[in-house]
Amino acid sequence: MAANVKVLKRRELTWWENTFLPSIYAGLVITSRHFFGNLAIHISHVFGLRKKERGSTTYQYPEEKRPLAHRYRTRHRLMKRDSGETRCVACMLCETICPAHCIAIVAKEHPDPDIEKMPASFDIDLGKCVYCGFCVEVCPEDAIRMDTGRLDIAAYSRGGMILNFDHLMNPELPVLDPAKPVAR
Amino acid sequence: MEPMILDMLLKAGLGLIILGMVLNIAGLLTWVERKQSALMQDRIGANRAAIFGFTALGLLHGIADAVKMFTKEDCMPKGAHRFIFNLAPAISVAFAMAAFAAIPFGNTLTLFSRTINLQVAELDAALLFVLAAMSIAVYGVILAGFSSNSNYAVLGGMRAASQMLSYEMSMGLSILGLVLLNDTMNLQEMVRAQGGTWLGFIPRWGVFTQPLAFLVFTTAVLAETKRAPFDLPEGESEIIGYFVEYSGMKFGMFLLTDFIETVLAACLVSVFFFGGWQIPGLHATGFHFPWGTTIPLPPLAVSLLGVAAMMTKVVFFNWLFMALRWTLPRFRYDQLMHLGWKILLPASIANVLVTAAWVAWRG
Repeated sequence: MAANVKVLKRRELTWWENTFLPSIYAGLVITSRHFFGNLAIHISHVFGLRKKERGSTTYQYPEEKRPLAHRYRTRHRLMKRDSGETRCVACMLCETICPAHCIAIVAKEHPDPDIEKMPASFDIDLGKCVYCGFCVEVCPEDAIRMDTGRLDIAAYSRGGMILNFDHLMNPELPVLDPAKPVAR
Repeated sequence: MEPMILDMLLKAGLGLIILGMVLNIAGLLTWVERKQSALMQDRIGANRAAIFGFTALGLLHGIADAVKMFTKEDCMPKGAHRFIFNLAPAISVAFAMAAFAAIPFGNTLTLFSRTINLQVAELDAALLFVLAAMSIAVYGVILAGFSSNSNYAVLGGMRAASQMLSYEMSMGLSILGLVLLNDTMNLQEMVRAQGGTWLGFIPRWGVFTQPLAFLVFTTAVLAETKRAPFDLPEGESEIIGYFVEYSGMKFGMFLLTDFIETVLAACLVSVFFFGGWQIPGLHATGFHFPWGTTIPLPPLAVSLLGVAAMMTKVVFFNWLFMALRWTLPRFRYDQLMHLGWKILLPASIANVLVTAAWVAWRG
């Protein structure tokens, strides 16, 4: 059975196109448009004009932070009740669902008899976390969220990557252990 | 006897000024390359090097580069030929800079009743001198490849040698038409011959008398600078070039050669095809506009305006070459050879034949 073959014919370049000159000219027009356009914006910025336009698409990271999407998943935090204590009831659902096994909770009894448990310690190893957000999805108490907007997570050691209960309750705390790197 | 010594001192001073200018432009080109490419690609470009918090728009990166290159370890591979290995970068830089001696940067300048020709070496065969200096720069590349005792460097050197020799042919032949038309090989005379206008407003520049030669020469001289789209000898990031084994300032010298050759290419294109220091309408006594207006100027101002015109042209062509370098993709090696031998060479030969016929017919 004959296959249904469609023969595509390539257009031969004309002599003038074969000199590359029209393409070179077109390319130069494009790059020059970017060059002079961006140059004009940068010069305007010096005089305080056209502040809303950006002369580049890059962000100068430590000084200038990229705007994050509303649902972007960043460093974790534990939510608080009105009384200021944690909402976490140490039900272990997040620890159970975590695909990276980065959550370790030790439960203890809560003084209020209406609340069953509370965490004695709550550690998240950010070195293992894959930022999947399952812990947020699974929490029945809305006790854990990943909306701090903090991406500046780095430490000198693996131990330094572990967030403890205090870090989780106070997301404005600087990350992790300030210890100097160990000389090898 | 005394005026001769004074003349020699004046020429030596002029040489130093031009050398300093060329080296400064070449150094600034590293900044231009970073910033221009950044602006073209909607980036900001290198802006972090700072002295006491002043970044000067990233200008200090050139200085930081120099400091880095001078303080880096100077490696030499085992089995390399020590003398030639050290000589190769020096040859590259020295002969690229020597070519500037024959470039006229202005007409004669009269100071204190003494006339100075703003060309370091007043050679009658200046054209041959420039071409020879550019050819010897090829030796630096070949020697670097062969003395490194590395197969990759040898391959890179061979690639560079065949490319540069191929394009040198078309480069020399494309200039021949100008030599026939202007009847001189002295670059200063060649620039003088490009003065005046047709119909009052078209300058008698080489680009209008020899448009094909302009295209061929510009292409060939860009290939000669070993920069994109002809950067097969170097291929900084992917294909290995002739200077793989070099480190520190010796590598920096090869890099510097590229920028010096870019400046040289800009100078040559302006001298051959854009009237060097000529400004259309500017005569020895001042501006003469086609509608009859004249602005008289003192001779000193005319000379300085000429130097400024030459500098403007050189800066423009440096900008254009940078723009081309960041616009065009690299040629494949067979395309490179095809362009050099099957397009540029026949085109330049045809150009020479037509020009010769025209000169013979005109008598």
